[in-house]
Amino acid sequence: MNSVKAMRILSKSILYLLLAIMTVLMILPFLWMLSSSVKLDREVFNMNPFVWIPEKPRWQNYVDIWTKVPFFKYVQNTVFLTIVVTCLQILTSSFAAYAFAKLDFKFKDRLFFAYIATIAMPWQVYMVPQFLMMRSFGLNDRLLAIICLQAFSAFGVFLMRQFYLSIPDSLCEAARIDGMSEYGIYARIMLPLSKPAIATLTIFTFVATWNDYLGPLIYLKSQDKKTIQLGLKMFINQYSSEYGLIMAGSVMSLIPVIIVFLCLQKYFVEGIASTGIKG
Amino acid sequence: MAAGKPDKSELDKGRKKRAFKKNLVAYSFIAPNFIGFAVFTLVPITFAFLLAFLEWDGNNPVKFVGLENFKALVKDKFFIASLKNTIIYSIGTVPLTLVSSLGLALILNREIKGRAFFRTLGFFPYVASLVAVTSVWTMFFHSSKGPVNAVLYYVFRVPKENLPNWFTGSLVLLMLILFSVWRFMGYYMVMFLAGLQTIPRELYEAGTIDGANAWQRFRFITLPGLRPTTFLVSVMLTINCFKIYDIAVMLAGGSTNTLSVSSMVLVYYIYQNAFNFWKLGYSSAVAMVLFVLVLAVTLIQFKGQSKYANE
Repeated sequence: MNSVKAMRILSKSILYLLLAIMTVLMILPFLWMLSSSVKLDREVFNMNPFVWIPEKPRWQNYVDIWTKVPFFKYVQNTVFLTIVVTCLQILTSSFAAYAFAKLDFKFKDRLFFAYIATIAMPWQVYMVPQFLMMRSFGLNDRLLAIICLQAFSAFGVFLMRQFYLSIPDSLCEAARIDGMSEYGIYARIMLPLSKPAIATLTIFTFVATWNDYLGPLIYLKSQDKKTIQLGLKMFINQYSSEYGLIMAGSVMSLIPVIIVFLCLQKYFVEGIASTGIKG
Repeated sequence: MAAGKPDKSELDKGRKKRAFKKNLVAYSFIAPNFIGFAVFTLVPITFAFLLAFLEWDGNNPVKFVGLENFKALVKDKFFIASLKNTIIYSIGTVPLTLVSSLGLALILNREIKGRAFFRTLGFFPYVASLVAVTSVWTMFFHSSKGPVNAVLYYVFRVPKENLPNWFTGSLVLLMLILFSVWRFMGYYMVMFLAGLQTIPRELYEAGTIDGANAWQRFRFITLPGLRPTTFLVSVMLTINCFKIYDIAVMLAGGSTNTLSVSSMVLVYYIYQNAFNFWKLGYSSAVAMVLFVLVLAVTLIQFKGQSKYANE
């Protein structure tokens, strides 16, 4: 009996040890980022002795980043793009998904097949022709190009449709008999029920748009159009040894995503779990 | 009967009218997304297939060259390098991510304190902006000043001239792999966690009664139960690995965002040919290779999915 107990304690300790190692690996880069963001450049790599919080934290880094580059403009552009893309994505894909999940109509299968056929098609395969097309529309170097590119993904339609399929049809039938229009059913029954799916799609779209690099790199050329990712990368390329400033900019680029994620994460975990497995 | 006839056509008319209205309502739901999707996704995809057989710099007249672009690919050492690097990177990243995300899921599936906190934490590397986290990594592994090499120097007494330069030569792919595992682990962990919930508890109870130890329960209950999840995760991971671009550019691209033969990947080569050299047809031919790779994995997935559906 004693040996069983010993084994249990041992396995528990191993478990917690593994967990501790994982936690350190996960969190260390973020702690380093925070710590470096209030240091002088020469303090950042000082290992002997290494201090997490410098005696005189250099908050000035958080001020300087706004004047050294047009950081405010980057933030403005990124916030604008992210909000517009996320709203459009959620509206249009939940709308389309409702028809695919709950309505019968001509060419339904064929239209849905058009979406399915693009699953195996990474954006990177057609990003060049897409750019050529957008350029001929006069969308080169315009924020609108990024909106067009991100807002109508097939992924959003799939995710929402998947969720709507799990809502019983009888609910819609009952509402139809009561004389509610399809738009009413969508707005007053389906939307309120699909909060987890909407939260998931919001996080996915928000994170993808906020963190996107290649899309803006291709389209947004002029300084006042750049997003945080582009601007930060450009700053790093230009002032590669201003570590304190780079880290301060990095910390600030993380804050909005982390806030959105923390607010919606409860749904998110459910969301990827269900869409991933059923997908 | 004579009176019934007009009634029937009247009925038909009404039915048709209602069906027409029904279709119209449905289309009004689909239109906003579908129009955007058709214009900005379907049209460029069609264009991409055409472009691979053309020679075009974006301004001068288009020239049809048949399979010339593909023939040139086979002899192009940069293309071969980027294909090779992409595949090596994927072969390294997929199993490592699989094992570590499964391990993490197994730990976090147990009743431990602060489980929700750890699950959230695992997600941070995934949602954090790439520029931010890659700049931390490049600092960690900085060849002369970074803490990793400092540990090698002070603790393991590696002489200064032997300290590795992590972002060049053969080490750079290793760096890309390790970084990707770190970044994606939490994401796939959630999928494994969901998969674990689908395994019936009774199986474990029965296993325990039959005297199966922890390893045997894992080997004969957990692993088979997770097979569909493992399969799906491997497919998703592989496809994501094939698409690698920004991780490579940010870790190995230096201040000019250029990759050398040792770190070049397919999407980088697509980008470079299109937007630096303006060889649009050639770039699209490279893109077709990427497409075929992804398509192959997707077809395997469809096959596997129907297999698991039948089980």
